[in-house]
Amino acid sequence: MPRLKFPAPPIPPAFQPKPKRPGTGNGKVKPADQAAEAGIHVVDWIDERTSLSGGLRWLMFRKVPRGTNWFYTLGSATLFAFLSQAVTGVFLAMFYDPSATHAYESVRYITNEAFLGQFVRGMHRWGSTVMVILVFLHMARTFFFGAYKYPRELNWVIGVVLLILTMTMAFTGYLLPFDQRSYWATIVGVNINGTGPLIGPYLSDFLRAGPEFGALTLSRFYSIHMLLVPGLIAALIGAHLYLVAKLGTTAPPWIEAEEDPAAELHKAEV
Amino acid sequence: MNQREKERYLRDYAILKSQGKPFFPYAVAKDSAMAALVLAVIITLSIVLGAELGPKADPTTTTYVPRPEWYFFFLFEVLRVVRPPEFVPFATIGVPTLCMILLFLLPFYDRSPERRPERRPIATAAGIITIAAMAYLTYMGANAGSPNAVDMKPPSSLTGAALTQWNAGRLVVGQSGCLACHRIGENGNDGPGPQLTHVASRLPAAAIAQTLRNPTAPMPSFQSLADSQPEKFRNLVAFLGQLR
Repeated sequence: MPRLKFPAPPIPPAFQPKPKRPGTGNGKVKPADQAAEAGIHVVDWIDERTSLSGGLRWLMFRKVPRGTNWFYTLGSATLFAFLSQAVTGVFLAMFYDPSATHAYESVRYITNEAFLGQFVRGMHRWGSTVMVILVFLHMARTFFFGAYKYPRELNWVIGVVLLILTMTMAFTGYLLPFDQRSYWATIVGVNINGTGPLIGPYLSDFLRAGPEFGALTLSRFYSIHMLLVPGLIAALIGAHLYLVAKLGTTAPPWIEAEEDPAAELHKAEV
Repeated sequence: MNQREKERYLRDYAILKSQGKPFFPYAVAKDSAMAALVLAVIITLSIVLGAELGPKADPTTTTYVPRPEWYFFFLFEVLRVVRPPEFVPFATIGVPTLCMILLFLLPFYDRSPERRPERRPIATAAGIITIAAMAYLTYMGANAGSPNAVDMKPPSSLTGAALTQWNAGRLVVGQSGCLACHRIGENGNDGPGPQLTHVASRLPAAAIAQTLRNPTAPMPSFQSLADSQPEKFRNLVAFLGQLR
């Protein structure tokens, strides 16, 4: 049976687990040791069947280039904002009723009566603003650092699709409270789509579920907002992250690569 | 980038990467700190600003002024500024579509190997100009007046009380949401209602008043306005009656 070998974590030596000195413990097995042994056994059992440990080690212990700074946390911050939207969205969906007759009442119930309802709705509402800001900051960092260049062109394209999907989430979510503000803003937005060339009118009809804004429009927006687009976003984030891990994050553009001193010496000798 | 530049980049990157630190725990620690900050900002915004819920959606109101979420203000402003009807599709979809295509294809037309912002003056300047333009449009969109107002100079023949009535009627048109369905001069939408820019040359004032009281669906009736505030109704008819 293959034993799982943990690579030595790159943490300061003072925090690293020390091997037991020989002769301590009187040869008795303590319950804590037994629990640790059982845990390792379970992890081994899973790893023997999935071989996940290699991928995890590849993911977690890959090196990030020298000079990586706080600008490089904007992408993961966007991911975190998306996860926060997903969690708060699940709780809102437990109470929300996507029908034209009950939508407003259910949002009123969430806001005024449900336990922590207004807080969760506020988190979802402001989380969307935070996520849009983070998406733009992340994109600005990528642009100004030239991080979209070879070999990361495809990841830039995926990122632009994610930007469009994020804006689609913002647009479709705006209707759901079904108050005056969201209703009229959405009517205007759908009409703007309709003025587009070629696919414009078809896109508007698709969004409205017909030529007129009707009873089906709200449930269609709800389905796009909580099934279609989040699924696409999650899948594309997966592809985005895979490429980030595979290609590596860029180093800041002003960091120069210095040759290894030994190689320099070797060159001088030649 | 040609093959040589690509290989050079990959070699330099491999050197920088080998001199770096492992993702776990160093990058994970930074990312976690940032995630905690993001969560703190969201919770603070939620507690301080909350989530307001306006009055229930009412498809029969005609006076509501729609406002988008703030990050669509720039698009809203482009729409507000572009008035001639033949340019509106260009502004609403043409410009954003063009920007999206430019954004998508960025790595394919910017192929130079240079990455330092100060050595890519065109790209850096274009990025800063784009950010400045979007910030300006967002600011203008946030401070834009009501899109329901009619910008129009009174006919020079009007003086005194008639001019006052004309101005009052112009305000009533704005408040009544006529522009949602009708175009008056450079304001309003092209449909579903007919253009009102020259309505008085087609209909006398009495006929306009009759249509307001008893319109063709889906236009709402102004009978209730005529009953409750006859002064406003008279001003409205007087204004429309001057649109020749």
